Amino acid sequence: MQYTSLLQDKRLTILLSGEIDHHAARETMEAITAKIDVYLPRRCVLDFGGVSFMDSSGIAIVIHTLRAMEELEGELWLANIPPQPMKVLRAAGIEKLVRLGAERSPA
Amino acid sequence: MKPENEAAVQFPSLSANEAFARQLAAAFAAQMDPTLEELGDLKTAVSEAVTNAIVHAYPDSIGPVSLRLRRLPGNVLEITVKDRGRGIPDVAKAREPMFTTGGAERSGMGFTIMESFMNSFSLRSAPGKGTMVRMRKKLTGRGEGSCKP
Ligand SMILES: Nc1ncnc2c1ncn2[C@@H]1O[C@H](COP(=O)(O)OP(=O)(O)O)[C@@H](O)[C@H]1O
Ligand SMILES: [Mg+2]
Repeated sequence: MQYTSLLQDKRLTILLSGEIDHHAARETMEAITAKIDVYLPRRCVLDFGGVSFMDSSGIAIVIHTLRAMEELEGELWLANIPPQPMKVLRAAGIEKLVRLGAERSPA
Repeated sequence: MKPENEAAVQFPSLSANEAFARQLAAAFAAQMDPTLEELGDLKTAVSEAVTNAIVHAYPDSIGPVSLRLRRLPGNVLEITVKDRGRGIPDVAKAREPMFTTGGAERSGMGFTIMESFMNSFSLRSAPGKGTMVRMRKKLTGRGEGSCKP
């Protein structure tokens, strides 16, 4: 798991990659929280473009990140979600809590 | 029902084995010609069941987890995950969406996902003895290609 992040106009984008499961979850959660605590963004975008697999551990990560952004009175967006993670997020009804963006089809 | 092919493994409840288990299931299912979506569903269901055995069955120790894969007639894949851990006191409650005893790191959506991603799902558990999850899914496949010895 690798995390690249970009900050622009108080908007923090975190690029997630690899497989998100319980084994990787704690580290991912801590990495995201650490970036939010440092940059205090108004909007956090989790970019799932590089995620090759995700199970329900990813749902806990999203909810945890949502709570962190709510504490800052900021918002959370999820972007570039491939079909498999999208199906898992939808099974949990995440679209009712957070704005979801599907994977951009390759141009 | 007599399986056309089968495989079984046992491993210790280490979180590194979550990825191993779902990759094994995907490799076994390859001969059944699943679609990409079906493969994703299988891997997700295996990951959920095996993670539960690792996280909940043996909270403070390492114990055995077994995974059995069977190819049944009609291109049906059966997945059985078993542990000999602490068991579930109230199985109906455990299956409710969002129910978790795992704190902020868990979502409580594991069983809900297993049930909705697979065609059939059964859960048996005895406190102090262990838990067994059995799931089946019919894969689209191309219809032909039954295994010949
Ligand atoms: N193999 C198991 N052994 C003991 N308890 C289990 C097992 N699997 C599930 N459980 C119990 O059922 C609850 C719900 O499981 P699940 O739906 O996968 O959600 P989560 O894993 O996120 O808690 C768990 O929190 C745990 O209390
Ligand atoms: Mg679970």
